[in-house]
Amino acid sequence: MAEKKKAESKAKTKRQKSTVKDLLIRVCFGTGGLAAGSQEVLEAFHREFDAHGVKANIEKKCVNITGCRGFCAKDVLVDVINNGDLATYQFVKPDMVSRIVEEHILSGRPVEEWLVGPDYHTFHDKQTKILLKQCGQIDPEDIDAYLGIGGYEGAKKALSLTPFEVIEEVKASGLRGRGGAGFLTGLKWEFCSMSKGTPKYIICNADEGDPGAFMDRSVIEGNPHSVLEGMLIGGYAIGAEHGYVYIRAEYPLAVARLAIAIGQAAEKGFLGKNIFGSGFDFDIKIKQGAGAFICGEETALIASIEGQRGMPRSKPPFPVNKGLWGKPTVINNVETLANLSTIITKGASWYADIGTERSKGTKVFALTGKIKNTGLIEVPMGISLKEIIYDIGGGMERNRKLKAVQTGGPSGGCIPASYINMPVDYESLTGIGSMMGSGGMVVMDDTTCMVDMSKFFLSFTQNESCGKCVPCRIGTKRMLEVLTRITEGKGKESDIELLVEIGTDIKLSSLCGLGQSAPNPVLSTIRFFRDEYEAHIKDGVCPAHVCKALRQYVVNIDLCKMCGKCFRVCPSGAITWEQKKKAMISKSKCVKCGACFEACPFNSIM
Amino acid sequence: MLEKRCEQILEKYYDEKGSVISILQDVQEAFGYIPEDVVFWFSDKLNVPASNFFGVTTFYAQFYLKPRGKNIITACCGTACHVRGASPMISRIRADLAIAEGEDTTYDGQFTFENIACVGACSIAPVLIVNKRVYGSMSPDKASKLLKDFEKGKG
Repeated sequence: MAEKKKAESKAKTKRQKSTVKDLLIRVCFGTGGLAAGSQEVLEAFHREFDAHGVKANIEKKCVNITGCRGFCAKDVLVDVINNGDLATYQFVKPDMVSRIVEEHILSGRPVEEWLVGPDYHTFHDKQTKILLKQCGQIDPEDIDAYLGIGGYEGAKKALSLTPFEVIEEVKASGLRGRGGAGFLTGLKWEFCSMSKGTPKYIICNADEGDPGAFMDRSVIEGNPHSVLEGMLIGGYAIGAEHGYVYIRAEYPLAVARLAIAIGQAAEKGFLGKNIFGSGFDFDIKIKQGAGAFICGEETALIASIEGQRGMPRSKPPFPVNKGLWGKPTVINNVETLANLSTIITKGASWYADIGTERSKGTKVFALTGKIKNTGLIEVPMGISLKEIIYDIGGGMERNRKLKAVQTGGPSGGCIPASYINMPVDYESLTGIGSMMGSGGMVVMDDTTCMVDMSKFFLSFTQNESCGKCVPCRIGTKRMLEVLTRITEGKGKESDIELLVEIGTDIKLSSLCGLGQSAPNPVLSTIRFFRDEYEAHIKDGVCPAHVCKALRQYVVNIDLCKMCGKCFRVCPSGAITWEQKKKAMISKSKCVKCGACFEACPFNSIM
Repeated sequence: MLEKRCEQILEKYYDEKGSVISILQDVQEAFGYIPEDVVFWFSDKLNVPASNFFGVTTFYAQFYLKPRGKNIITACCGTACHVRGASPMISRIRADLAIAEGEDTTYDGQFTFENIACVGACSIAPVLIVNKRVYGSMSPDKASKLLKDFEKGKG
């Protein structure tokens, strides 16, 4: 990142350069970029270059596509690399392209006001990028780009070792599964390699179902070959000749890029027969999910690949002994697999130096919610929440007060603001009733209602419960009913105890991970935000003004700056306001829509 | 015609183990939904009980047994979208399209509106997908305007 900055300052000093010798344009083509219109921006560049006949002054023109670079909130991001000097533009629209081409590329004067601000650099500088390093730098649809940065070197090295040596190396690195539970990857491989039965299988779990998580999508969209290479290494280590990628159908772009990558890898001989002349054969197939969260659970995923309803079964036997078609199977998460090439090339001890005592390496988080810089981040294990939120995330949106951070999605819990200095690793998170999960991190401010939040997660897990075991099927339904009645202002005094009791029972008696963790969001919010539950039940008030039935809006006249914004957005004429007078809300006319609350820039409506 | 499409799909998966889901995905891609007689046709050819097909169809959120609207609108209900105000947007869209309670398709078959757990585009939340194209940073007003454009003839 420091290089980037240097390159930029260099760009400024070389402004007078008028001839372009070597030009590279990089347009972000991830899901976020495409939604912001990167296709149109790309076309605009092509158009402008043709119109200006730029070909004459450019020796090498290349409009490249790249995957997600993590900062989707600023899309479309465009890198202009002019004779090696890099400048990055943010929020690029097609109509801005002509000025960028004319001023920057033809006259050598970058358009200062459209360049990324300092937040773009602080966002990236504080991160430690291993996995995401190449996302956003290379063209994910071109295997030569991956080979150019040392791609498939890890696999080549691994295949020159014995499978036993590969497993030992991965064990020594301390790499733990990034899918949620955090089981040691090397150990899982060892169990599977010792297990009797052939053929063996390796499955990449890309069924990233947690709402609020998109790490796996971005890795596959940005650097699909790193995942394939990881599977190749894993397959060799455990003796599996067949691999499957089980991926959500909701990620069409990732599926398409994966298919391209598999085709290219097969063409180059990295998949197929006798890879690297080692005598090892390996092939990979894509299996698309069909929209069921439960299929992220190992045994349900296997059932789904076999073409059945995705219902989990009890363990043991574990998949490493009896998995796909009853054969030994290893299931690894996308992020886990994407780490392997680097571990093999750079060595286990290099990797083990990053992170904490028991959680090694880096973790990718999807940082979202009420925070200034939302996006994909990669940080070393053990970093504090504070650094993530305030250094990388740039602080809270609209400078509101941080209330909690939700990690682990519907299986995790909320970490209150008072734990902000806690290190982020597997043990610490589990210790306070949350979990690492796959890496969703949703930041919440004082406008987020914790009861509503647990209701949201529980209605999700309730909806996704496969229905096989009673505690999960019926228990979550009863919990959801209780939560719904609390948010409607009909809660009973005994409801909190009832939620804790049912929740604890569900955790103890459910068949699979979904049920065992489904009550976590409720239990952790009761633990840390019991007062909010009590306010709903006893006082009939929703402190965050989210639960519609419990809203009551008043203007805090001490904070009101008389701007009149609330007056203008009120749809029911309930607000009286004149210039230089404080606003007032009429209770009888208020329809509790919350428009004034959202509109107020001074947080004076409560 | 119908049979011809089915033959093509059958040929692709005839030798593959556990292909029920893949077949249904292709059927839905071809017909827009899963027609009942097609299920019986495959059940016959593959010697797999039709109940297996229906079991799978009703288990996974992605399969539809009823025809769907001309334009498919999908609202993301992920955590980030929820925190950033997906619910008001969803109620506005349902009201704008006048979709009846418990239904997902408009009376004239022009629009189908559905919710999805998460599309993974959380940094541009709330997200709306219209006919496979992702629209980010939506609000009730923006969504309303977007759908009007589709109604006017773009759709």
